[in-house]
Amino acid sequence: MLQVNDLRCARGGVPVLERVSFALNPGEALILRGPNGVGKTTLLRTMAGLQPPLSGTVDYPEGSDAYASHADGIKSALTVTENLTFWAQIHDRSVPETAYAAFDLHDLRDRLAGTLSAGQKRRLGLARLAVIGRSVLFLDEPTVSLDNFSVRMFADWMRDAHLGQGGCAVIATHIDLGLDVPALDLTPYIAAADADGGADAAFL
Amino acid sequence: MIALLLRDLRLSVRAGGGFGLGLAFFLIVVVLVPFGVGPDRVILTPIAPGILWVAALLAALLSLDRIFALDFEDGSLPLLATAPIPLEGVALSKAVSHWITTGLPLTCVAPLLGFFLNMAPGAYVWLLASLALGAPALSMIGTFGAALTVGLRRGGLLLSLLVLPLYIPTLMFGAEAVRRGADGSGVTAPLMLVGVITLGCFALLPFATAAALRINLR
Amino acid sequence: MSMWEYANPKRFMEWTAPVVPWAFGLSGVLVVGGLFWGFFLTPDADKFGSTVKIIYLHVPAALMAINAWFMMLVASVVWVIRRHHVSALAARAAAPVGMVMTVIALVTGAIWGMPTWGTYWVWDPRLTSFMILFLFYLGYMALWEAIDDPDTAADLTAVLCIVGSIFAILSRYAVRFWNQGLHQGTSVPVVTGGRTIADIYFIPLVICMFGFGILFIALVLLRTRTEIRARRMRALTARAARA
Repeated sequence: MLQVNDLRCARGGVPVLERVSFALNPGEALILRGPNGVGKTTLLRTMAGLQPPLSGTVDYPEGSDAYASHADGIKSALTVTENLTFWAQIHDRSVPETAYAAFDLHDLRDRLAGTLSAGQKRRLGLARLAVIGRSVLFLDEPTVSLDNFSVRMFADWMRDAHLGQGGCAVIATHIDLGLDVPALDLTPYIAAADADGGADAAFL
Repeated sequence: MIALLLRDLRLSVRAGGGFGLGLAFFLIVVVLVPFGVGPDRVILTPIAPGILWVAALLAALLSLDRIFALDFEDGSLPLLATAPIPLEGVALSKAVSHWITTGLPLTCVAPLLGFFLNMAPGAYVWLLASLALGAPALSMIGTFGAALTVGLRRGGLLLSLLVLPLYIPTLMFGAEAVRRGADGSGVTAPLMLVGVITLGCFALLPFATAAALRINLR
Repeated sequence: MSMWEYANPKRFMEWTAPVVPWAFGLSGVLVVGGLFWGFFLTPDADKFGSTVKIIYLHVPAALMAINAWFMMLVASVVWVIRRHHVSALAARAAAPVGMVMTVIALVTGAIWGMPTWGTYWVWDPRLTSFMILFLFYLGYMALWEAIDDPDTAADLTAVLCIVGSIFAILSRYAVRFWNQGLHQGTSVPVVTGGRTIADIYFIPLVICMFGFGILFIALVLLRTRTEIRARRMRALTARAARA
């Protein structure tokens, strides 16, 4: 479902990762690990098509991808329901009741997002993923500011509702999500200092 | 696209949305002019069309940097970029919502403010017409400028610098139409040219805006 | 070998190194010679007196002010399509030169305006067009300076240059519509072949125009070389920091 082939990607015109290859079948997920600055965000953004790779290919069914980062696109002047409804409409869908249940947002439906705590906001951001119905997810630190209980909530949703329904996901995280999925340490893929293909290559 | 438009309109009328700021600015600028140039009708009447157009333009300029900046800060923009609507549609929707929240109220209020400047009686309808035709172009051009400067700290001033030269043709034709309306000469040519600029902007600039957004999101 | 290989930064540095001094020398000879001829070896005009001689600065500067923007447009399009770094850097290098040319044209025009029109500034179509052109240069350069990442800056300024060109042309027609103006018609209408200026003034003017053209090329080459060196330093520093 997701096929990454010999990918090399750059941050600010400088190659950071190279020779990244893996494949995911429906129902499979991959955890990205590695120290800060190794290029997890860059890799996720490249796979999501937000920036072009220097070389290599990323293949998934057109229009099946979604990207989520720490900034979750939540408007503080809109209520929880309004926020979710907006993203659903953008994706031509309606908000399933299960999205509220999966992230324990029932009691917060009519609260303005601006009045939510950081963790509640984060849950709202994750609920967006349940609403837009995309099957290939690229998640950057999805559990920042979540308590253990909420992390389990997210892991349950990921395992049962997303992977269980044939979706797949690439997740960059530092903590143990409690998901039984393989992890990929990116350290061996750090691009060599003289790796070519960067924006400056023509000038060296 | 409609959903995005509705969300932006809803946000603009909620707390902190800034709806009406441009309008208040417009009012203050127009009221300040007589204090600056003197209360003499002989002076005010001929400059009224130009003052109203320049003030409307500045009021529109004031809110441009909010068009993409808020979506950029809270991370909505990359999410919209990976959503099924094309970025060109996002650009178009942003321009339309800016027009509805800024350009349209300005257009409606401008004839009222014309009274304060002793504008010639024949000019009111043409002021309304030229702003109705020209204000959408101001929003679309401004959206393009906002897309160019979206990732920049302190992009607001730069945005004005980039956008003002692009506003010149619209301003010239728009104010010219009102002036001609005031002295009763033919308004068709400048009005049509304003309309052509607006149509041209909406036909071409969404693509340039989307290109600039893609570059800035990289 | 395709002509595009000359656009590789290293190749560009190689072939421009010997060209730059020659271009400066030739432009110096032409500009100094043309100005000297124009200022001291032509008779004063009947109507205008000696003030008309400012034309030898005014017209070539105005010509290059417009051509510089045109060159930036071509370079921007080349960058967008073929992504040759030298092209983007050349566009960046040309902007300040074009802006200075615009300022020279405006200032000499104002100085000339006083004796002929009795005022330094009129909102005449040509003067206004150059004022607008000046604003475009200002915005273009400000955008280059504001963005850290060189490739992002090159992309965004290219988009601005292309869109700006359309609006610049639009402004030019708007300005004519807006005010018919005092400025005389062009002295050297290329299209019709006729001209409103006698041979005795024309020949030094042509020499000055060529001189300014070559001076522009020399300055842009020099500035582009500087930009390439700056970019190379940046690249080397970045690589050293990574190693």
